[in-house]
Amino acid sequence: MIAHRRLSRPIPLFKAAFGSPGHAAVSLALAGLVAVAVPPLLNWLLFDATWVGTADDCHGRSGACWAFVGAKLQFVLLGLYPQGDAWRAYAVDGLLLALAAASTVPRLWSRGLLAAWIGGLLASIWLLGGGLGLPQITSDKWGGLPVTLLLSFGSFLLSFPLAIALALARRSRMGGLRIYAVAFIEVVRGVPFIAVLYAATLLFPLMLPSGAAIDKFARAAAALSIFVAAYFAEIIRAGLQGVPHGQYEAASALGLTYWQALRLIVLPQALRAVIPSIVNLAIGIFQDTTLVAIIGMFDLLNAARTAASADQAWLGFYAESYVFAALVYFVFCFSASRYSLWLERHLRPA
Amino acid sequence: MVDIVDHVTGLIDAPARRRRTGVLALARFWFGERLLWQAVLYLGTLALFGYLGSNLFANMRRLGLSPGFAFLDHAANFGIGETLIRYAAGDSYLRAIVVGLLNTVEVSITGCLLATVIGVAVGIARLSANPLISRVAQGYVEILRNTPLLLQLFAWSQLLHLLPNPRQALQPLPGVRLSNRGLFLPSLDAGGHGATIAVAGLLLAGLAAVVLRRQRRAAGRTGPGARVLAVVVPVGLPLLAALIAGVPMAIDVPALKGFNIVGGLTLTPEFAALALGLAVNASASIAETVRGGILSVARGQWEAGESLGLHRLTTLRLIILPQALRIIVPVMTSSYLSLAKNSSLAVAIGFPELVSILNTTANVTGQALETIFIMMVVYLSLSLLVSVLMNAYNRRSAIWAEARR
Repeated sequence: MIAHRRLSRPIPLFKAAFGSPGHAAVSLALAGLVAVAVPPLLNWLLFDATWVGTADDCHGRSGACWAFVGAKLQFVLLGLYPQGDAWRAYAVDGLLLALAAASTVPRLWSRGLLAAWIGGLLASIWLLGGGLGLPQITSDKWGGLPVTLLLSFGSFLLSFPLAIALALARRSRMGGLRIYAVAFIEVVRGVPFIAVLYAATLLFPLMLPSGAAIDKFARAAAALSIFVAAYFAEIIRAGLQGVPHGQYEAASALGLTYWQALRLIVLPQALRAVIPSIVNLAIGIFQDTTLVAIIGMFDLLNAARTAASADQAWLGFYAESYVFAALVYFVFCFSASRYSLWLERHLRPA
Repeated sequence: MVDIVDHVTGLIDAPARRRRTGVLALARFWFGERLLWQAVLYLGTLALFGYLGSNLFANMRRLGLSPGFAFLDHAANFGIGETLIRYAAGDSYLRAIVVGLLNTVEVSITGCLLATVIGVAVGIARLSANPLISRVAQGYVEILRNTPLLLQLFAWSQLLHLLPNPRQALQPLPGVRLSNRGLFLPSLDAGGHGATIAVAGLLLAGLAAVVLRRQRRAAGRTGPGARVLAVVVPVGLPLLAALIAGVPMAIDVPALKGFNIVGGLTLTPEFAALALGLAVNASASIAETVRGGILSVARGQWEAGESLGLHRLTTLRLIILPQALRIIVPVMTSSYLSLAKNSSLAVAIGFPELVSILNTTANVTGQALETIFIMMVVYLSLSLLVSVLMNAYNRRSAIWAEARR
């Protein structure tokens, strides 16, 4: 039943699937299942689907109502963002996706790229929120894809320095620092993200002197950064542990200080070794941003869900909006995970 | 330089060296380097927490809240849809929170069991020589890993609401009814003595496990008869005892009565959606773990099994899996833990587990600090408990696999 992957020569598909009575039986059973399940699914998805029209047209047919997705596309992608300023949200999408695309090319990894990311994120916040010549739009009106992207990339970037500090503190010879790092990492990893999210949304405001306030979006981003930093720190720690001790000794033999050795010798090697894990972490962050729906923010998923429940003209097309949202998430995450596999192969010789 | 001097004096005059263990040396031993810097760090943190804490308490007083856990005794004026222990609106908040905790545990255990069964099957299917099977398994894993869990839970909840109403409930097996009011399964009705019988069964099962272990230690193996007995005794004996004692026992098959289905074991749509969603989601990562574990066992072990004339599945069961388990179990532990933590997403689909009840409590009483504290303490202890249990199992399976080799 189990293939000897590394042993077996490639065998023709037919022989592999029907070579023995056991395989033939399982293959037939599977084919039967596919024959029962796939045609109705395809009918719903494509052949009986309504591509253009109104909700009434959709109710008249048995398939999916893609006309609904067409009609509500802007709401799904933007949430409650004012329609007249939609270009600002689309510009943020374009800017962040372009930066993400550029970051996939190892040759471009440099300090310049990091600066571009910081600039890009600040520009995104400015574009979405306004000020400096643009009309102000408060963060409770932000929604859809820009929120998902800004939260994911922003908290990834914010958590990075915090994670390095935590990883170093956990390996420090200063007992107190180590205890802090261990306590922080283990507590955050031991509780669900929702607990951190609630703590940030409900407790942060109470901890400020009366009168001061933090924006809800900023609180969610802070919660996500804190949560991610604990997992990120453990990945970096694994990388640090993989750097041979001789490297530290060589650095100090050259007369480098602790920080110089860290910046020039140790961290580059440590981070390089764990890049695939970091990409997987980034995929996790992207999926975890959906939880902000629970504190009432309109990320992509919540906007898709609301699209099916808020408009009287288009009520109850949940299946269509979930399929659409799933497709968007799948495209991003699947390509990122394939990229991570490619990167693992690409980086190995170094 | 100093080190060498220390070393030499240590060699010559050990008592003199021992005299040097003063307060400072002890502090160095416990806290390591740079004591002054660390002291500043501690005082700084203390000051920061003191400042934030005083703000917190001042703000709570301003809002008319008194910090502390006194509210746990007050009456909770909300109902809970699903309870394992008796609860009614008006009972204390503490009781409501315990109800939520039990629901969390219930859904986590159900989810873990289901996820293990599906995950192991998919993980093995992923390695099948039959390309149809391995491709289907791969597609299953990819779809689940690349979409957010919350989306999957929404989809499950929607799917269960699409089931027909109780009058036209689906009946995939006789006695099983699937409807939009819940999933109904046949159950054993022991006239109120069900819990006693279950506890007796569990105790006997524990006893059987100990006996089997003794036997394996003593004889190196367990006979098939003993294994059958170990299953039959814990199930059969309590039932037999109940029959002799005259407890009325019947199999309760769910049946349609009026507009709803009554009888049998009822799983609400929320519980079913959550348990299924969590289990299916976790099964994808368990499948990858199982696949990785099996692939990590050296190829020679397969060949050795084959040369002994063992069937592939027998080789898998007796030779490969015991070795793969040593790699699988630690990773599986973290899958179980993340499933338990992910059960907190129930707050979005309306299943009353711990987080959603604490959230309601915080909204009603305003005691956000205390409820979040309880939330964190409960999950941390749960994590700790599971990892202690799994570590114990891990140690045992490692030794067991070692002894078997």
